[in-house]
Amino acid sequence: MEFSYFPGCTLKTKARDLDETARLAAEALGVTLRELPEWQCCGAVYPMSREEIAVRLSSVRALMAARDEGRPLLTLCSACHHVMKRVNHDMQTDEGLRTKANNYLQPDKPYAGETRVVHYLEMLRDEVGFGEVARKVTSPFKGVKIAAYYGCMLLRPSAVMRFDNPENPSVMEDFISAIGAAPVRFPYRNECCGGYVALDDRGAARKASRRVTRAAAQHGAEALITACPLCLYNLKENGGGEVPVHYFTEFLAAALGLKTLEGGLARAS
Amino acid sequence: MRVDEKTLAEDIVRMSGTNVKKCMKCGKCSATCPSFEDMDVHPHSFVTMAEEGDVAGLLKSKSLWKCLSCFACVERCPRGVEPAHLIEAVRFFALSPQGLNKMKPDVVPIFLQNLEEKGAEVPQQLLTSAFRKYSK
Ligand code: SF4
Ligand code: SF4
Repeated sequence: MEFSYFPGCTLKTKARDLDETARLAAEALGVTLRELPEWQCCGAVYPMSREEIAVRLSSVRALMAARDEGRPLLTLCSACHHVMKRVNHDMQTDEGLRTKANNYLQPDKPYAGETRVVHYLEMLRDEVGFGEVARKVTSPFKGVKIAAYYGCMLLRPSAVMRFDNPENPSVMEDFISAIGAAPVRFPYRNECCGGYVALDDRGAARKASRRVTRAAAQHGAEALITACPLCLYNLKENGGGEVPVHYFTEFLAAALGLKTLEGGLARAS
Repeated sequence: MRVDEKTLAEDIVRMSGTNVKKCMKCGKCSATCPSFEDMDVHPHSFVTMAEEGDVAGLLKSKSLWKCLSCFACVERCPRGVEPAHLIEAVRFFALSPQGLNKMKPDVVPIFLQNLEEKGAEVPQQLLTSAFRKYSK
C-alpha cells in the first residue's frame, strides 16, 4: 500500500512526534508513505469565500503532485486534511474556481480534483483494517481509559468531509479498541477546542477547551487523543491539565512496540 | 439604508456563497454555537441582518472575533444556509481596508515569549490560522 504524503508545516516543527510516530507505525503496518518532494503550507484554515483563489493554490499543487505520482494523498494533521479535502472538492465541483486555479498554475494537464484524499485514520480503518491493527499490537493498553477528541475539522461539513458520522463518530473509538484500550465516549468530543482564537483571546480558548477536558475527566478518561496539533495545544495549555493529551499515533506506535509513550501511562497488562 | 450599504450587503452575501433567503429563522445555528454567550450578534441574526442589508451592524460586531470557524452552524442548519461563511465574508470586508488588520506581526514575538517561557510548544498552525483569519 503506497500513499503520497503531505505532512504539513507543524509536523516538521512543533508536532514532530505526530509525524515520527505515524511514519514508524505505517511502516510496521505495511504502508509506505512517500512524502511529496516539494510542498507548501496548506494555509491551516479553509478559505470559505469562493473568491479567494491564491490561498487555495498551495493545496491544488499538492493534490496535483499526488495525481501525477499516481497515488492517493495521505494527510494526518486535521487542519491539513480539512483544507486538502475541501479544496479538492472545490476543484471537482466549482467550475469558476477550477478554471481560475488552472489558468494561474498552467499545468500540463489541468487539475479537476482527481486525487483521493485519505486521512491516516481512514487509512487504518479502510485500507489496513482495525482487525489487522489489533493483530499487530504487541503491547496492548489493557484497561486504560482513553477518550477520543475529534474536534471540528475532521468531521465538518460532513457533506464534503465524508469522514464519519458527524454527530456520533466511531473511528477513533474503534482505533482505541484496536490497541487494547477502553474507549470513553463523552460529550464535547466533537465540539470546538477554541482553535485559533487562542492567540488573540486566550480566555475564549480556555472556556472552549475546559468544556472538553472537564467532560472527558468526568467520564473517567485517563488520556485524551487527537490528530490535530492545535487541538493538542489548546487542550494541554488552555484545558486546565486535568487529563494528559497525546497524538493518537503516539499510542499506536507504543502499542505496536515501536516507541514508548512519552510521559507514559501505566498499563494494566 | 444607504445605497452603497445595500451594494456592500449584496457583495458580502455573494462572496459568502450563502443563500440567506433559505433561512427559516429556527435559531438552531445560534443554539449550537460554542461562542453564543460571548457574541453581540448571533449567527441567526447575521443571516437576517445580511438579508435586510444592515451591514453597518455586522461590520462592527465583535462576533467577527468570537467565531471559531468550528462549522457547527454549517453542519446543523436544517436549511443549508452556512452562517459561518457569511461571518467569514463580513470579516473579510471588515479587514480589507488598508490599516484595519486586526493582527499585526509584532504581536507574535511577545506572545511566543510569554508562552514558551512557561514551556508551552506553540504550533505554527496556530500562528498561520490566526493570521489567515485576522489579517488580509
Ligand atoms: S462556525 Fe462560528 S458562528 Fe458557526 S457555530 Fe462555530 S463559532 Fe458559532
Ligand atoms: S440554523 Fe439555518 S435556518 Fe435556522 S436560523 Fe440558522 S441559518 Fe436560519
